[in-house]
This record gives sequence, structure tokens and C-alpha cells, in this order.
Amino acid sequence: MIRAFGYNEFLFLLSAVQWTLALSVIAFLGGATVGLFVALGRTCDVKPLRWLATGYIQIFQGTPLLMQLFLVFFGATVLGIDMSPWVAAALGLTLNTSAFLGEIWRGCIQSVPKGQWEAASALGLRYPGLMRYVVLPQAVKVAVPPTVGYLVQVIKGTSLAAIIGFVELTRAGQIVNNATFQPFLVFGVVAAMYFVLCWPLSLLSARLEARYAAPTR
Amino acid sequence: MTYNFQFDAVFASWDYLLTGAWLTVKLSFGAMAIGMVVAILCALGKTSGPKPVRWLINAYIEVIRNTPFLVQIFLIFFGLPTIGLRLSPDVAALIAMVVNVGAYATEIIRAGIESIHKGQIEAGLALGLRPLQVFRYVVLKPALRTVYPALTSQFILLMLSSSVVSAISADELTSVANNIQSQTFRSFEIYIVVTGIYLVLAMMFSALFAGIYRLAFAYSVDRR
Repeated sequence: MIRAFGYNEFLFLLSAVQWTLALSVIAFLGGATVGLFVALGRTCDVKPLRWLATGYIQIFQGTPLLMQLFLVFFGATVLGIDMSPWVAAALGLTLNTSAFLGEIWRGCIQSVPKGQWEAASALGLRYPGLMRYVVLPQAVKVAVPPTVGYLVQVIKGTSLAAIIGFVELTRAGQIVNNATFQPFLVFGVVAAMYFVLCWPLSLLSARLEARYAAPTR
Repeated sequence: MTYNFQFDAVFASWDYLLTGAWLTVKLSFGAMAIGMVVAILCALGKTSGPKPVRWLINAYIEVIRNTPFLVQIFLIFFGLPTIGLRLSPDVAALIAMVVNVGAYATEIIRAGIESIHKGQIEAGLALGLRPLQVFRYVVLKPALRTVYPALTSQFILLMLSSSVVSAISADELTSVANNIQSQTFRSFEIYIVVTGIYLVLAMMFSALFAGIYRLAFAYSVDRR
């Protein structure tokens, strides 16, 4: 039976937005936590750690996100774990986000002038203190605009979870489209919902960038 | 771990994988070439077009950059037939990739164009170059040189994101992998091999772009 796209269908899509948001928040928080270590590894003096972080970033930036999701999803089976698409998507997106945020934050850490590092160690601060009290607070300031901008990529990336069968906004759109056969309308509405989520973040990122650009130089 | 890896099913269909990879390469280069034309025109329109044109281009860029590629593909592949435009998956994939990369590349090239000093353009005109020549030699080429790294990493991202067009079964690498997977059930083996192929493709692309840079842009500039 073919239904028309009506209020109920719209509500169904709207309720799927919460899963897109939940996935985005998990991927972002998880990605930020792991990403911080990736960024620290990428900038530290210990060569093997640096290589490890570099390799990690290159693998995740050099392969499609969709393949990463597939590998997590099917890789769990290899390890004998029965993983739901929800967990697989969250884990895959977390790993992917951590690599990209790690690389963004590496740049931010390295943008802190060398003199600051030297001054901190001259004052007797060891690595943890040097990072925590001197370098990271200054790096955070530079990191905020690109990180907010990257949030948009995270939100858009969650749409790929639809392909491994997790019902978030895009998958909900497919389901509604299969019932109504009004692809322009359905995917138009889906696109509009993503736009409403992402556009404010894009604008915010651009504004923060303009504001922070002046005092750091 | 008791899992028994079986890669023979994957390597048995290596020629099929190769055709898929070849289509990924063709789609990527097609989208890059057409996307560059779109992007240069849009960047030109955005920097020096009349207000309605600028507004329109801005809307295009913002809409594309703030919605997922997958949804854009669905809109093109499933949406266009409802207004009478029936597309094969491969063509729909190419169009979606062009539309997508066009928006990102427009912003990159616009940044490059805006980095060209006004005095340069005036100098070009004063030397008797026609406006089109000024645009080509004084504005566009140095602009592309400036933004080349950003542009090429965007192209590599495009190649990687082309895996998403498997959702409409265009016959590129990921689709081929899906087909082999559904015949052999060797999911992990096939996807790890295909991921490796993407990694190699990404490295080949970046080597190629470095080569193009050396050929086209390796002149020295005295920036003061």
C-alpha cells in the first residue's frame, strides 16, 4: 500500500533526528578523547609513538569511512562478538573522528610558539605540567573554530550508518521513501533536517575563526 | 580467536575487483575535471558576479556543504526520475560527485582568487592583457598554485567518498565488494582487501598530484 507523505511521516523523520544526534555526540566525545591522545602522540618526542600516531591518522584519512564502518561491523563477527549496527557505527565513527581531530589538534599544538615550550621547561615544568598549563590552554584557543567546523563532518558522517542498517535520519528517510514513493519530498525534508543541524555550526565556526584570527597573530 | 580467514574467494575475483577500482578512478577523475570547471565558474561568479548570482552560488555551496553526500545521491538518483529524468546509477553517481566536489572546490578556489592582490590585476591590464588573459594568467594560475594542497586533498576525499555511491549500486569498487561479499560471505576478508586498495589509490593520487604540481606550478615566485 502506498501512503502519502504526511504529518506522521514527518514526525517519524523528526524522531530519527535524535539518533543522528546521539550518534554524533558519542562519535564526537569518543573521538575527542582518543583524538587528544593521537594529537599528543603525533607531537611528542618519542619516535615510535609519533610513528604510531602518524600511521593511525594516515590509515583513517586514506580509506573511506564506509569501509571503516564495514570493517568494524564485520570485524566484530571475526572476533566472535555479536555487534549491533548501533555499536558498530558508534565505534567506527569514534575511530574515524579521533584520527581527523588528532590531525587538526596536532596543528593547533604545533602552532604554540616554541618559546612557550622552552620557557615552560626552563621553569622546571615536566611534560604533563607543560602540556596542561602552558601548551594546551593556548592550543585550545586555536582549536575551537576548526573543531566546531569538524562537528559538521561528524554529523554528516553519521548518515553512513544507514548503510550498515542503523535507523538514523537517512535510513528513516529510506524507509519513508519506500512506503510513500515520493523521493524528492522525503529526501528533500531529510536534507533540510541535516541542514538545520549543520548550518548553524558552520556559521558559528566561521564566526569564531574570524574572531580568533586577530589576537593570535 | 577461532575465526578461519579465507582469502581465496577474494583473490579468485581479483579481475572483478580491478574493474571496480578502475570505475572508481574514472568516476573520480571525471568528477574532478567537471567539478573544477563548475568550481572555477562559481568562484568567478562569487567574487565578481552580480548580487543575485552571488546569492545563488552561496546557497548552492551552503546547501551542499551542510548535507550528507549520501542524501545528495538519493535525491539525484531517486528524485530526478520523478521529474522524468531517468539516470543510470553510474551517471547519477558522477552527477552527485560533481555537484558535491564543485561546492567544496568553489570555496577553495575563491579563497585562492581573493588572495591575489588587486595591484596584480591592474598591472596585468596596464600591460595590455585582455581581461580574459588577466584572469587566466594573473589570477587563476597563481590562485590555483596557492590553494593546490587544499584542492588536492579535497580530490582525494572525493575519491574516498565515492565508495558511498555503492548505495545506489554504481559498479565501483565498494559495489563490487558488496557483490562479492553477497556471493561468498567472506565479508571481513573482502572489505579489508578493498580498504587496502583504497589506501593504495589514495597514495597513488597524492603521488600523481605531487607530479602535476612539479610540472605545472614549480616556478619560483618572489613574494614581497
